Amino acid sequence: MSAAVTEETRTETESQAHAAPASPRALLFGDLWEYAPAPESKDHVRVRSRYGHFIGGELVDGDNYFPTINPATEEVLAEVAAADEATVDRAVQAARQAYDKYWKGMKGAERAKYIYRIARMIQDRARELAVLETLDGGKPIRESRDIDVPLAAAHFMYYAGWADKLEYAFPGTNPAPLGVAGQVIPWNFPLLMAAWKIAPALATGNTVVLKPAETTPLTAMKLAEILQEADLPPGVVNIINGAGATGAALVNHPDIDKVAFTGSTHIGKLIQRTIAGTRKRLTLELGGKGANIIFADAALDQAVEGIVNGIFFNQGHVCCAGSRLIVQESVVDEVVARLKDRMATLRVGDPMDKNTDIGAINSKMQLDKIRGLVAAGEEEGGERWSTPCRLPERGFFFPPTFFTGVTQAHRIAQEEIFGPVLSILTFRTPEEAVEKANNTPYGLSTGVWTDKGAKLFKLAGAVRTGVVWGNTFNKFDPASPFGGFKESGFGREGGRHGLLPYLEVK
Amino acid sequence: MAAKAPAAGRIGVRKSYKLFIGGAFPRTESGRYLSVQDAKGAFVADISRASRKDLREAVLAARKAFGGWSKRTAFNRGQILYRMAEMLEARRAIFERGLVELAGYSPKAATAEVDCAIDRVVWYSGWADKFTQVFGSTNPVAAPYFNFSSPEPVGVVTVLAPQNAPLAGLVSAILPVIVSGNAAIVVVDSAAPTLAIELAEVLATSDLPGGVVNILTGQRAELLGHVGSHADIDAVLCFGGQDGQRKALATAGAESVKRVHFMDDPDAPRWLGDDMQSPYWILPFVELKTAWHPIGA
Repeated sequence: MSAAVTEETRTETESQAHAAPASPRALLFGDLWEYAPAPESKDHVRVRSRYGHFIGGELVDGDNYFPTINPATEEVLAEVAAADEATVDRAVQAARQAYDKYWKGMKGAERAKYIYRIARMIQDRARELAVLETLDGGKPIRESRDIDVPLAAAHFMYYAGWADKLEYAFPGTNPAPLGVAGQVIPWNFPLLMAAWKIAPALATGNTVVLKPAETTPLTAMKLAEILQEADLPPGVVNIINGAGATGAALVNHPDIDKVAFTGSTHIGKLIQRTIAGTRKRLTLELGGKGANIIFADAALDQAVEGIVNGIFFNQGHVCCAGSRLIVQESVVDEVVARLKDRMATLRVGDPMDKNTDIGAINSKMQLDKIRGLVAAGEEEGGERWSTPCRLPERGFFFPPTFFTGVTQAHRIAQEEIFGPVLSILTFRTPEEAVEKANNTPYGLSTGVWTDKGAKLFKLAGAVRTGVVWGNTFNKFDPASPFGGFKESGFGREGGRHGLLPYLEVK
Repeated sequence: MAAKAPAAGRIGVRKSYKLFIGGAFPRTESGRYLSVQDAKGAFVADISRASRKDLREAVLAARKAFGGWSKRTAFNRGQILYRMAEMLEARRAIFERGLVELAGYSPKAATAEVDCAIDRVVWYSGWADKFTQVFGSTNPVAAPYFNFSSPEPVGVVTVLAPQNAPLAGLVSAILPVIVSGNAAIVVVDSAAPTLAIELAEVLATSDLPGGVVNILTGQRAELLGHVGSHADIDAVLCFGGQDGQRKALATAGAESVKRVHFMDDPDAPRWLGDDMQSPYWILPFVELKTAWHPIGA
């Protein structure tokens, strides 16, 4: 065990020391074996003590500095400025000037080469970016290294190629850019979300003002250095730091043509309301309460892997997480037993350790929210099971948890927890599975596990979500459009369809 | 205007113009009416002035119809919409006369608008089994997965109908919404609202399932706020409207993350232009669904 982990257990449920074996012949899982620590080194990562903003191609100082901490250790990593309205205005003006002066007149083929450059530099600096992402956000280094950073580079690479091919994307429409895009992104995939936002905006000829989340600004500032060193014309992308007030100032700025927001449904509605009646175009990528539907005829071991990936990937800080397991009644006991065994092998702890499966909860605020909803689940009569893992003493951690005995009316079956907490419900018929899957205001993702192709297609057609994963879960690709139905938002990111929110088509 | 003296010969039978909800023609539950005059100011008919309750009833009917209509094969939807063009052609004299008498069109202009409306219905009917091919895709992801995206109807859409071009505007507004499988509630507040109910009679005889299109005559300003705030309306298509009205609608719509789409309501002749029909008018009222499946043994 690494130094940050004490021998004393800090499990949320004290009663279970080890998972009971599912049957007498089953293997014992859990903390039976000690693992040697395998920490990723961070000595090559350059972090400044202070970060201001990136405006007009310059890294500039700011005011009202606040700390950004490592949620796994609670140590301060750097101080970051909070942009006020005047700073936001400067950034928007820089973006407008860059749009008029450089970007809208530039040939698509030339724009493309800048975007390709950015993709390449992200690949070059992948290790530094991954380490920084993990330090600042708490996600396991395995995920930032293998998923976040490569996908971010891939997004730039994919959209770079569209920049000079837009007339083929929407034939006969004379596609034209909108102008200046104001983009506000969340803390769960900081660099990847920046890539999702910036890459299509640049490819379509728009300029950008981006606001990263206040708990995870560091990779965005690293990206600013890349943009600078890639010689992206000054002001084409501007990055301003800050919290909600900065985001509101950006969204409400009169010279923004397009707003793109990824985050909670609550804030998404607020944004939709505040820009109502303006000419601003809007895309929203909001919350979810994804159903992972397991049929009795599914390959259950694979399904269990899918359940684990669905809800415990990135500590469950995923808008499309499979946070509701809807399992056919005849196999629920078996699925739950196998799930317990599998969960007991999950290694929770130091995100910088290359063997860690589940890292730190992103912030104290988020940890409190998870605890609150878990408490509500217990109060409403759900039966809770958490893995008997040891949690580090410092930092924000929560053990992988599921609830059985959950009804559709329970808060943990309706509200987005955004943490490693799964609600288990059952069904008998495919119709009931669909009914339950669709019974939330959200509509982002669904997983369906069955060996019957016909049934899979029936379910895929009947669920009202923007993404359906058949016999898999939480897969992402720059070529694959992503986005929600209903209160999970509108507009798509990724693929050809991800260009459309940034274009005027006639 | 004074009542006319009895004409020689037979006294005509007038038509009562009611609402169109769930395939039936009920009066407004509110018992209210609006009087329609012709272009010269003479009384033509009373129409129902729809209420908030009528809107709710229409939403219920539309939601009920949505499931069946969206599950029809695209080919079948296309055939039904084509049938609509046949019905419209057969009744074209009613619309031509209405445009002349109520909206003050010249006979030539009336003919042109009816021609356009019929042809536009045919045009959209052909899109029913094509737009998913144009707007869908298979996506070359960098892993062994089969991945494809396909547009699906958003659900229940309320159309605040154009006030210009009483027939061509109406048809141009409704068709791109329903062709993908949506159910629509159409709020009509125009100079010739009886034409919308005449159109309802066309719809009712086109094999279009009841509730796929519901037509409410009345006052847009009165119903607008209710349209915005009704949580079971998924999307709104609003033609024209003052800034204040648009803002109120969009603000209320945010509460349920409604897709609120605004379009211009140009003069009648412009409604007949080719640029007033486009497969891109279908897009705001579909949701793209992307599905993944592993490729392997």
